[in-house]
Amino acid sequence: MTNESPAAASRSHALQVRGVSKEYGGHLALDAVSLKVPRGQFLTLLGPSGSGKTTLLMAVAGFVAPTSGTILLDEKDITTLPPERRNFGMVFQGYALFPNMSVEENVWFPLRVRGVSRTDARDKVRASLDLVQLGHLAGRLPSQLSGGQQQRVALARALVFEPSLLLLDEPLSALDRQLRAELQWELRTLHRRLGVTFINVTHDQEEALSMSDEIVILRSGRVEQSGTPIELYSRPATSFVASFLGDSNFIRGRVTQTQENGFRIAVGRSTILQAGSPQVTGGDGSITLAIRPEKLIVAAQKPASANTIRGTITDAKFQGATHHVQVASDDLGILIARIALGQAEGDLKIGSPVWIGWEPDDAVPVRDN
Amino acid sequence: MAFAGALRGEQARYLGLTLPATLLLAVFFVVPLLQVLWLSVSEPHLGFENYREIIDNPLIARIWLTTFRVCLLTTFFSVTLGYVVAFAMTWVGERHRMIMISCIVTTFSFSILVRAFAFIILLRNEGVVNEALVGSGLISEPVRLVRNEIGVVIGMVHYGLPVAILALYSNMRGVGDTYVAAARGLGATPLQAFRMVYLPLTKPGILSASILVFIYSLGFFIIPAMLGGGRVVMIAEYIRVGFEETLRWGQATMLSTTLLVVVVVILAVMARFIDLKKVFGG
Repeated sequence: MTNESPAAASRSHALQVRGVSKEYGGHLALDAVSLKVPRGQFLTLLGPSGSGKTTLLMAVAGFVAPTSGTILLDEKDITTLPPERRNFGMVFQGYALFPNMSVEENVWFPLRVRGVSRTDARDKVRASLDLVQLGHLAGRLPSQLSGGQQQRVALARALVFEPSLLLLDEPLSALDRQLRAELQWELRTLHRRLGVTFINVTHDQEEALSMSDEIVILRSGRVEQSGTPIELYSRPATSFVASFLGDSNFIRGRVTQTQENGFRIAVGRSTILQAGSPQVTGGDGSITLAIRPEKLIVAAQKPASANTIRGTITDAKFQGATHHVQVASDDLGILIARIALGQAEGDLKIGSPVWIGWEPDDAVPVRDN
Repeated sequence: MAFAGALRGEQARYLGLTLPATLLLAVFFVVPLLQVLWLSVSEPHLGFENYREIIDNPLIARIWLTTFRVCLLTTFFSVTLGYVVAFAMTWVGERHRMIMISCIVTTFSFSILVRAFAFIILLRNEGVVNEALVGSGLISEPVRLVRNEIGVVIGMVHYGLPVAILALYSNMRGVGDTYVAAARGLGATPLQAFRMVYLPLTKPGILSASILVFIYSLGFFIIPAMLGGGRVVMIAEYIRVGFEETLRWGQATMLSTTLLVVVVVILAVMARFIDLKKVFGG
């Protein structure tokens, strides 16, 4: 175990990105992106490929010069500072461990370029390797390590010089599922222990949800929405977020009546009761609701919930902890429901008629995009 | 068992396809080579007296020395200049790179005689290079750039450079730019990233380019003969003279054999340090 200093949190830094754009030959990879990363936060930039998340990370790291906008570390403008002067730790996609250097030499490297001799660096290198439980492999070459071990060495190397910020570029994407889950825990623990600000880039929504304090969802070079994982999951602002972060069913209808604490929506011949106020309607009163599959009740008898519609099971698959059930309804089309194991009422046979139900505050009005 | 038998039959069929080339090499390469070896110990008398010349004949010692000096200089300049070009090739855009590669490959198609004459015209005292240097006032008198060792090295570097560039480039492309970026991201200045990371990673390329250019340049004789103006005699040129002019076949075959041994020894020593298969693109 390494010494956990109480000063760790005060060593960490806050980052601000203000209106950063990056243009590549007429194409905007980043379009006026602004975000704040408070000190000590674990922030994840999440988005599909081409969303600009890696470009943004590279701009923060100093490898990409923004076309416009500024990047501030605490109060200092670092927009034009070269990468080596930013003092950020970085874990690259594929780790980029130097193949000609041993594990120990790799971890020593950031200290070496800062003028620390091998002897003077020994304790820090050892502590950093112990932090990722790899002290015993110091003499190995990167090529003699497994993927997970390489990942840990990359972490030790990025943390050994006590960086102001740790940047992670798809750190777990090369690992298999089980190892990924394991390292998600480890990264979180490491983050808590060190108190360093982490900025993580991923396209894996599950990874983003499980590790981050805050997620920034990027799409086509813009910030689509940001917030805590729970906020983003339960209150997506757009249909893109609702479908990118977890699964969602979409109900598209027209607002017919506003009342206290809610409004009514007509979808085909059905009427749906929705909580809240209809802010995100189109000009003609059209609206899109997103509802998570686990919010839907599937039952043989009409449930007691405020909204109920009839349908037929068209497909069902068993996924261990849950059943995924596909229900076709006349007015709402195909809906997906996720039912926890043991919660299914009756058997979920394909072709059987069922009722689907949900409460007015189970669904969320979203901007359709 | 039947399966294994079928496999052997199949293998035999494919081996058969290599037969014409094997025969060709045997008749026109291995046999003459053996003849050369035989002549070196039988002409004019049976025995190793030809080989004693390496030590006894100061002329031959001097020719060897010139050969090594010129070849080492050629290797040094080809690899150093080639490193810069290959490095640039890894950083430019795809279109640029294609243009650069085609320029490099095109040089292989120019006749060695054309190149040698072109260099004489460019480098002679009244040539463009000297006129420009004198005209610009950098020097007051023309510098001797041809009909001496300088001319030979210039001409040979022109041959060695494309070879060096291609060998270095294929190695550098394998190294890529991620390690340099990683080094910068961890706090290394561009110079530190180059010295501590890129240079060590491209060392195999430097070694293989050096071996290729050095061995390649050992066999040059037209360039030294023309650009050296008879003043710079290298081993290959002297072998030609022995065969064609002085008709001392014993000495010429002895020198050929020695040259072959030198090349084999270099390769054997290098094989201890690097993977030769990679050098020759295996």
